[in-house]
Amino acid sequence: MFLQVTMSLLEGFKTTFNIFILTLLFALPLGLIISFGSMCKVKFIKWFVKTFIWIIRGTPLMLQLIVVYYGPGLIGTWAQEAIKTGVASGAIMEWLASWHVFERFFALILAFVINYACYFSEIFRGGIESIPRGQYEAGQVLGMTKVQVFFKVVLMQVVKRIIPPMSNEIITLVKDTSLARIIMVYEIIWNAQKYIKSEGLLWPLFYTAVYYLLFCGILTLLFGYIEKKLDYYKI
Amino acid sequence: MSILKVENIYKRFGKIEVLKGVSFEMNKGEVLSILGSSGSGKTTLLRCINFLEKADGGVISVDGDVIFDASDKSKMTAADIRRSQLNFGMVFQSFNLFPQYNVLENVTLAPKLLAKEDPNYHANKKAILAEIDEHAKELLARVGLSEKLDSYPCQLSGGQQQRVSIARALALKPKILFFDEPTSALDPELTGEILKVIRSLAQQNITMVIVTHEIGFAKNVSDRIIFMDNGVIAEQGTPAEVIDNPKNERTKAFLNLISQKE
Repeated sequence: MFLQVTMSLLEGFKTTFNIFILTLLFALPLGLIISFGSMCKVKFIKWFVKTFIWIIRGTPLMLQLIVVYYGPGLIGTWAQEAIKTGVASGAIMEWLASWHVFERFFALILAFVINYACYFSEIFRGGIESIPRGQYEAGQVLGMTKVQVFFKVVLMQVVKRIIPPMSNEIITLVKDTSLARIIMVYEIIWNAQKYIKSEGLLWPLFYTAVYYLLFCGILTLLFGYIEKKLDYYKI
Repeated sequence: MSILKVENIYKRFGKIEVLKGVSFEMNKGEVLSILGSSGSGKTTLLRCINFLEKADGGVISVDGDVIFDASDKSKMTAADIRRSQLNFGMVFQSFNLFPQYNVLENVTLAPKLLAKEDPNYHANKKAILAEIDEHAKELLARVGLSEKLDSYPCQLSGGQQQRVSIARALALKPKILFFDEPTSALDPELTGEILKVIRSLAQQNITMVIVTHEIGFAKNVSDRIIFMDNGVIAEQGTPAEVIDNPKNERTKAFLNLISQKE
């Protein structure tokens, strides 16, 4: 039984890991782009992005998952009804009527990426704004372009500064993956929970903690290693 | 012909007028020191000349070419500003070394990036990079840091960091080297080593503009002194004129205050 549960949880953990890695892969670059938006000198863009971040950070990820998964389908059905009953028509309504439910896993990753990109963007923004103006000026008087100053001078200093808050957020992500079951993506907790119904066993649920702990432990070691690697210089 | 000509520079920050029409000229090989109390506009003047601030009025020319004209409405592109900035080297009060690079990399970073724009870069990449490294090592030897090529800024004293930043500024072979209070962030015992380096640069006929509070040093190293007060040049001339026989009341008061402190 123990072996069977272990294998089943491992199966679920694969999904958990995939959610984790895909979210990280897309949310990190997207977060950087969003952070540029929130620091943009064009007021309209800045406030648009800030409002978006407020909405995403101000509502539960669970709710966002539900909206992303069920929302498009609901809108599609509503638009089809509206056209059928003659309440509304036109190209936009036609387009809305073509909306349908996303594939489950795609909707899940989409919601996770948007949510985490917003959190990451605030960490990036804090890191970028904490770099003294003198660093930019030194690059500028040495004839570097803005892009060169950012990538050759500022970025590495930002990376060093944001590793502690980033590691926090990334470890939170590991555990947030358990929300996937809300839209029936079968991650590790789901796989454990089914043993309650089928076998009346509670311990597989507790057993999942071992997976989480091991994975977060590895991440903690990894971040410690990176921090140490960057220890050769001080900001 | 003067290497740098600054005419009627105006600059305001909000309601405060920091520069109220500053003009001066300097010749190649000359060392010019700018003195004045805090808030007199010395640093702002320097920053307006090298484009860290945009002046509201005035004209700046280098070697007879106008590089900035506030009344010229045609917009200067970032590339234009970048090209003009390369006329000047800048040494900051707070060094502003790049912490993640070692001493040699701090000096070679900008020249190596610039070399990539050379059309022959790909053909002679190795030779070009080797030449940049050689030149950087030579400059670091000149400021007495040959032993520290692999050190990181956080491992150096303030005086050493400032010497690296002087070498870094020289690496792009600027026509004029600016110093913005280069010793203000240093302990008195470290100040001496920086002044020594600046003095040796003066002997090599490098054109320099030095904003400083070190009156004795300015007198000693400069060909000309500008005394600024409240956004204008109150007095200018040779060190003998401005420091030993000041005519302006504000200059006299300032020098008195300084000599009391010393």
